[in-house]
Amino acid sequence: MNSFLSRTSSWVLALFLAVAAPALAQNTASVTKNGVAPGGAAAATPAAAAAPAGAPGAGGGDAAAIAAGDALFKNNCAQCHAVKDKVVGPALGGITKRRSISWIIPWVHNSSKVIASGDEYAVKLYNDNGKQQMPAFPQLSDKEITSIVAWVTSQETAASPTAATGGTTAENAGGADGQDAAGASKYTDVLLIVLVVVLIVLVVTLAIIANLMKDVLQGRKDLDGRDVEVLNQRFDWTKLYHSTVLRGIVGTVFALVLLYEGVQSVMAVGLTQGYQPTQPIAFSHKIHAGENQINCAYCHTSVYKSKSANIPSANICMNCHSQIKTESPEIKKIYRAIERKQPIQWVRIHNLPDLAYFNHSQHTQVGGIQCQTCHGPIQNMDVVYQYSALTMGWCINCHRETPLNTKGNGYYDNLVKLHDKSNNAVPFTVSSNGGTECSKCHY
Amino acid sequence: MKYWKGIEELDNSPEFVKNAFAEFPDFLPVKEGRAGSADDSSVAPRRDFLKLMGFSVAAATLAACEAPVHKAIPYLNKPEEIDPSISNFYASTYFTGSDYNAVLVKNRDGRPIKLEGNPESPVTRGGLSARAQAAVLNLYDGARLQHFMAKGKRVEFAQLDQAVRTGLGSASGKIVLVSPTIISPGTKRAIAELAGRYRSFEHVMYDVNSASALLQANGGVLPSYDFSRVNVIVSLGADFLGTWISPVEYSRQYVTNRKVSTDKRTMSRHFQFETALSLTGSNADVRVAVKPSEIGPIALALYNAVAGGGSSAGLSAAAQKQVAQAAKELQANRGASLVVSGSNDPAVQTVVAAINQALGNVGTTLSLTTPSFVRQGEDGRMSQFISDLKSGAVGAVIFYHANPVFNHPRGAEIEEALKGNKAALTISLNDRLDETGSLCQYQAPDHHWLESWNDYEPKRGELSLAQPTITPLFKTRQAQETFLRWAGSNETYYDFLKDGWRTVLGTNNGFQAAWDKVVHDGVATGSALPTPTFTTQPLSLAEATSRLGGASKSGIEAVLYEKVGIGEGGIEGNNPFLHELPDPISKATWGNYVAVPRKMAEENKWQQNDVLKVTAGGKSIELPVLVQPGQAEGTVSIAVGYGRTKVGKVGDAVGANAFVLAQATPAGVQYYNTVTLEKTGATNPIAQTQTHHTIMDRHEVVQENTLAKYRENPKEVSEYERVATPDGLEKPNKVSLWQDYQYNDHHWGMAVDLNSCIGCGSCVIGCQTENNIAVVGKQQVLNRREMHWMRIDRYYSSDHHEDEFEKNGKLKTYAAMEDPSDNPQVIFQPMMCQHCNHAPCETVCPVLATTHSSEGLNQMTYNRCVGTRYCANNCPYKVRRFNWFSYYSNEKFEDVNGHMFTDLGRMVLNPDVTVRARGVMEKCSMCIQRIQLGKLEAKKQKRRPKDGEIITACAQSCPTEAILFGDMRDPNSRLSQLLRREDGERAFHVLDSINVQPNVTYLTKIRNGAAEFFPQEEKA
Repeated sequence: MNSFLSRTSSWVLALFLAVAAPALAQNTASVTKNGVAPGGAAAATPAAAAAPAGAPGAGGGDAAAIAAGDALFKNNCAQCHAVKDKVVGPALGGITKRRSISWIIPWVHNSSKVIASGDEYAVKLYNDNGKQQMPAFPQLSDKEITSIVAWVTSQETAASPTAATGGTTAENAGGADGQDAAGASKYTDVLLIVLVVVLIVLVVTLAIIANLMKDVLQGRKDLDGRDVEVLNQRFDWTKLYHSTVLRGIVGTVFALVLLYEGVQSVMAVGLTQGYQPTQPIAFSHKIHAGENQINCAYCHTSVYKSKSANIPSANICMNCHSQIKTESPEIKKIYRAIERKQPIQWVRIHNLPDLAYFNHSQHTQVGGIQCQTCHGPIQNMDVVYQYSALTMGWCINCHRETPLNTKGNGYYDNLVKLHDKSNNAVPFTVSSNGGTECSKCHY
Repeated sequence: MKYWKGIEELDNSPEFVKNAFAEFPDFLPVKEGRAGSADDSSVAPRRDFLKLMGFSVAAATLAACEAPVHKAIPYLNKPEEIDPSISNFYASTYFTGSDYNAVLVKNRDGRPIKLEGNPESPVTRGGLSARAQAAVLNLYDGARLQHFMAKGKRVEFAQLDQAVRTGLGSASGKIVLVSPTIISPGTKRAIAELAGRYRSFEHVMYDVNSASALLQANGGVLPSYDFSRVNVIVSLGADFLGTWISPVEYSRQYVTNRKVSTDKRTMSRHFQFETALSLTGSNADVRVAVKPSEIGPIALALYNAVAGGGSSAGLSAAAQKQVAQAAKELQANRGASLVVSGSNDPAVQTVVAAINQALGNVGTTLSLTTPSFVRQGEDGRMSQFISDLKSGAVGAVIFYHANPVFNHPRGAEIEEALKGNKAALTISLNDRLDETGSLCQYQAPDHHWLESWNDYEPKRGELSLAQPTITPLFKTRQAQETFLRWAGSNETYYDFLKDGWRTVLGTNNGFQAAWDKVVHDGVATGSALPTPTFTTQPLSLAEATSRLGGASKSGIEAVLYEKVGIGEGGIEGNNPFLHELPDPISKATWGNYVAVPRKMAEENKWQQNDVLKVTAGGKSIELPVLVQPGQAEGTVSIAVGYGRTKVGKVGDAVGANAFVLAQATPAGVQYYNTVTLEKTGATNPIAQTQTHHTIMDRHEVVQENTLAKYRENPKEVSEYERVATPDGLEKPNKVSLWQDYQYNDHHWGMAVDLNSCIGCGSCVIGCQTENNIAVVGKQQVLNRREMHWMRIDRYYSSDHHEDEFEKNGKLKTYAAMEDPSDNPQVIFQPMMCQHCNHAPCETVCPVLATTHSSEGLNQMTYNRCVGTRYCANNCPYKVRRFNWFSYYSNEKFEDVNGHMFTDLGRMVLNPDVTVRARGVMEKCSMCIQRIQLGKLEAKKQKRRPKDGEIITACAQSCPTEAILFGDMRDPNSRLSQLLRREDGERAFHVLDSINVQPNVTYLTKIRNGAAEFFPQEEKA
């Protein structure tokens, strides 16, 4: 009896858990999502907020110019420059104090020309930076260079209280989100365990009391025949066994579970979430992106401008590793590849099918999505794994829920107006702008 | 690095997979023996078969469960300007001996994937011919010779150079370099270096489609024409819009004076006298079908009429009347008219030159001071070379992109001489072991032009450059560099070429910057090409006129012509895109045929597809019959360029070589001959993509009207359908059961000006390269399964009309209306998915694979399609295409669609467009990949897309700007403005009454035919 009761209670518990688990999971998921969105917004706000502060230094930089400068900086400069730290080139913070804009423009257009002209500062700069020449950017207009400078100036003022670059802000935000989410789930776990223990204690107590009562009653002699019958009534197990209703219920549940499991396993065919292959070189994102806080776009050069984020070529590794950790056996593999002229064959982790078109720049540059949103806590990964499911449902869900990053983007101005006029309360999501239509991704 | 993209590897256990598949062929005893002949043991019971089948499938499925490992291979040292998956454009030049085009090469991840016209070029002005569009495929042609060869064995560069230098040094006779026209100053200098090194060196240029007579009549140069300033054009057999000299340049000029609007209600008038119905003839206002031997008398009659000379004789009444009319109009437009002729008879060209002189056109519409250089071949010298080769006077011969064994009327003589080792040293620089190259002792294949540096001067004062856009695919060497090596120089051709440009750009400090600009722009002004020498003396006018007075010939005359696609059949001969490009007029693909007039076919009881034996001068070929409206009576026409034997698996044995029928006369090669025709009894089906001929008075499909009407009232040139409603007759779109879409963002649309469309087919190939459209081969075209997303419908006019119902009865009239006129008017209509706002295809798809987008596009989702083909059935425009096979992997299609089968060929595919699998429907997407890219660029720059920034491949490739693509939601776009302006005038929708509300609008064609020439049109 006792054991039966305890078994029943564990069944009930299991059922309860089964019902509650998806809800719980959803909770965590929504927590993560909500956590990330503000993170993204937070990264964007300092730039906008700092606009007035940056204005005098930049020589008339307004919010639009700073926003434009942000994009231009990421696309052209971020590979070699940061605001506060020296990367390949010097830190750009305080550049307006060091040099006038009329000097910066020709320098950016063609630095070697300025050096060749014998400009004292330029020659010194060249020598101080290991005689490494800055590539020429003749395609940048004067206005664009001014807006980059405006953005840099806005960053140096905004940078002191918060972190220096967008990348670090994002990482902090991402980290905090993770903690929040983890904290919440731990709390529910404890609550659940306490509840279960209380339930077990209650059930056991109940059984003990029932047994005691029975013993007491059996000791009494004044019971009539009917009472004795009731007291000595034994549960008829064979009846239960022969019950068609119960058999039917069990059978149905069994069939449903089997079906569910079957469908689940079929749906999982081709899913590679969590795929974590061994790479030919033990490159750690944790060391580079996490501990050393190197901006993602420094190595993934085209993530803000192209369909593919671009796996860095060996010459990008050499920007640092010609000097740093040259003795490491892993880094020696890169040297060997260069010597043998055989490119490194990385194992591709994120494999979208050929029929789906995905463009990184659409999401990073236009959408303002952080890398971590899809790639997970990449800054904590020693070995990268596929964080997201990368299924169509996963894409569509995000497109349905994510509000469009329309702020300051002239493309959307009229669309936002039209949307707000017709349905003000509903957020202007990607899908409300046609972002779930077939030919947005399939052609 | 040739490929940067990862090489896919299957990570399955190889043994398992092997066993899973090996089980099948090893002991599955399925025997196709006749019943009774096989004993029981060898016949597998059906159950065993199913068991084995089941096991194999299960094993294969299990083996496939493990996802394959993909590699991602980055650059070792990434070039600064290249970012993976971003396309770069490089300016270059396409010229393969006949067709000059300044191009932009779209390069993706280090490989050229598409060619587009270079808008900077003042010659071709952004236009690109169909042949040039398809040329990118030639780069990845596996039939190219992939290394140097000497006497049948592979050799290294140095070995061959050594042998050739020795051979050339000790050559006992003349050294002759045979090539097509060379318009490259750099190449000419390199050849001069070679010539300077050896004694008695001679360079013989010949053109496959020779303009020797035109050169002779104009002092050794080609006049350059300006059709944009011409009011009256008279063409005597010159197909200047299709194949004659510089069609892209001329088309662009021609349409500037053919486009009409309410502000400009004038057009040029175009007379065409020709034998075969050509692309140019089908665009003419007045076309007269004449025998090739009549061209001379017509030229003479025209001269007499214009210059007031003697009377004309020996002309048919129709020709006589039109010549008189043409002469009258020419005289009324002195200095703004032009007479051109495609004849290679010096007498005709001399008279034509005299007519232009007499009309004062020299210096206005025709210039001799800025001549064109794209034809320099001299027939007399080529003839002399062949005689010399036969007599043994030639010690060494070098063929540089020349294949005279195939494409010269005396090719058989050259073949014999080469086989008989009449020349001690024979070398081929051709890109493959073709008919001529395979007979040579040494082969030093040239790079493809997309792998080479070169310069060009198509016209005096206009220079352009070609630059390599890919690392050489094979162990070949640029021919110019080969010349330099043999001349004893070790300079690279790049340095040599650049040195040459110092005379153009100046030698001072600015040279490098100027050079960089030329490389960037692709074009420059300046001249570098020495004026070509031409040795044959011109005829005097008196001599020319006396020659033309001769009596007309009897017998059936065959005229040889070039196809718009295949052309002379050089390296294009192995290009499947061009083989499957329907001929603009006959809509025939894959091979040539004998085009005969209907009357001749009826008289001789020939049916279409009957094989005829065509004999001329003791040589004969066998080809099927095609009944061609517009073919002159008593003549047939046959396309050259087919019947290759050593071009590659696509083009070998497709059609028959008609060059053998041409006559090599002392005056030059004549592309017509008197022939005898004989029925062989065999049949050979001709694969046509369009078999219905006329529109049978269905004005809803395609509309046309006369300039006279348009001048009178532009509001009356188009007919609009009206439907009856309670409120009276209304436009069909006023009555609808459908809810209309609301377009907030964009509303993409297209306008096709039928007046500007000349039917050249450039858009068809542009679309095919852009969208990875499969080639299906002759049999599938016969089954009507061609895959072109864009087609150009061609309709002939009929002599019969609906007004004969009462007189002849409805059935009889309808039957008669199906037959085109003997000399029909032709109208072209580009037809692609109309992206209907009320699309009939969308409602019938059971799986929602075709849906409407918020930007007005009809979307096709391949991975959702299950292939019911309901949509194709319900499409009123018949623009949907079904993948009946896996054209990229079914071995049946390896010959014709080979580029999708090999790693080499697949490099040409556009990575932004899915290659469609078997069993799915596909259709025009309005180049959604280009739209998405354009929008993304705008978003990245935080602005709206600019008008003209997003453009479809067809609109981009149209040399006459007949197709305009744009955003109808933007009131200031050119498209919106055009539609507003033309609404109620020329704008109409095809099949408007069914109210599917297409996003593609057509503009009514306007013809400049005077009413008296078109009595039937008055009725219409």
